[in-house]
Amino acid sequence: MRRFLLPGLVTCAAVALLALLAFGVSHQGTDSSLDSAVAHGRRPPAPSAHVALPFLDQAGNTSLVGLRGKVVVVNVFASWCDPCKAEAPVLEQAQRELARRGGTILGVTYLDNSSDSQRFVRQQHITYPVVRDVSGSFVRSFGTTGVPETFVIDRNGRVAALRRYQLDAKWLPQVLPHVLGQS
Amino acid sequence: MISHRLSTLAITLGLLATISAVPTPAAASAATPRASLSEIENEVMCVSCREPLALAQSPQAFAERDYVRMLVNQGQTKQQIEQALVAQYGTAVLGRPPAKGFNLTVYILPPALVVIGLITLAVTLPRWRRRARAAAATPLAAGPRLGAADARRIDEDLARYD
Repeated sequence: MRRFLLPGLVTCAAVALLALLAFGVSHQGTDSSLDSAVAHGRRPPAPSAHVALPFLDQAGNTSLVGLRGKVVVVNVFASWCDPCKAEAPVLEQAQRELARRGGTILGVTYLDNSSDSQRFVRQQHITYPVVRDVSGSFVRSFGTTGVPETFVIDRNGRVAALRRYQLDAKWLPQVLPHVLGQS
Repeated sequence: MISHRLSTLAITLGLLATISAVPTPAAASAATPRASLSEIENEVMCVSCREPLALAQSPQAFAERDYVRMLVNQGQTKQQIEQALVAQYGTAVLGRPPAKGFNLTVYILPPALVVIGLITLAVTLPRWRRRARAAAATPLAAGPRLGAADARRIDEDLARYD
């Protein structure tokens, strides 16, 4: 029995290390389950809907659950991101339309310090609410690995469409009427 | 007279003690050393590219470096700057993650592996040495006795070399 004690311990330690490695590797990959579901015409529930995110330029916070009943366009951006600057006018134009029809754009800053984000908001004349995701957990739950990314969430809190790169002037005008038209 | 001198001495000593207790700028800076950009850069991460800020060249890294430079110029200490960075970018910005939850493995596992290795060596090395000594002390066992035919053949072979 004692003969097998040491090899047994070494084997257990090796298995534990391999399990740790597997755990680490599995948590490093990109989560594309949201993309896959939306591509197949499904509308998965928006992740981290209960997470309350603080407003960038005012006290208080908001969450996707708090915005339930509205069409919400979540736009993940950072001040250091040039494509984010390029798409800002598109989003601001969409906000004017959304505001009239019971919806809103919700800007979420990503890996950005608040003073730079505030400067970006001023320079780009952004009027929609902007929140901060300091830990990055909200943004990561959407499978985000970069900026800009945009997610259209319907009135029931489900992801209806998403875009993993810079918006052009056509995408939101194509997507939003369908989502806004649904009860 | 003596009491007057003593009181003068006491006042002088008191003044000297007060002067020495007032922190000079140099002493104050020694107590809370100013951080430098290069020092901070080596200990924090570029959060978007997941590499040390000192090596990173992404737009986010440039923004983060500007932020650190601003804090350094404000005279903040290393600890204050790290706290400010965590407030802006989360704990992912720290080169050494906080010792909480799964991050504990970073601190526990390497020393634990070293200790396990040392214990293994401490247990197995004496055992190996004991076995080696016992093997050396045991006389070689006599091989099987040669049959008559084999002995004769060997003798004949050896005779050819005589």
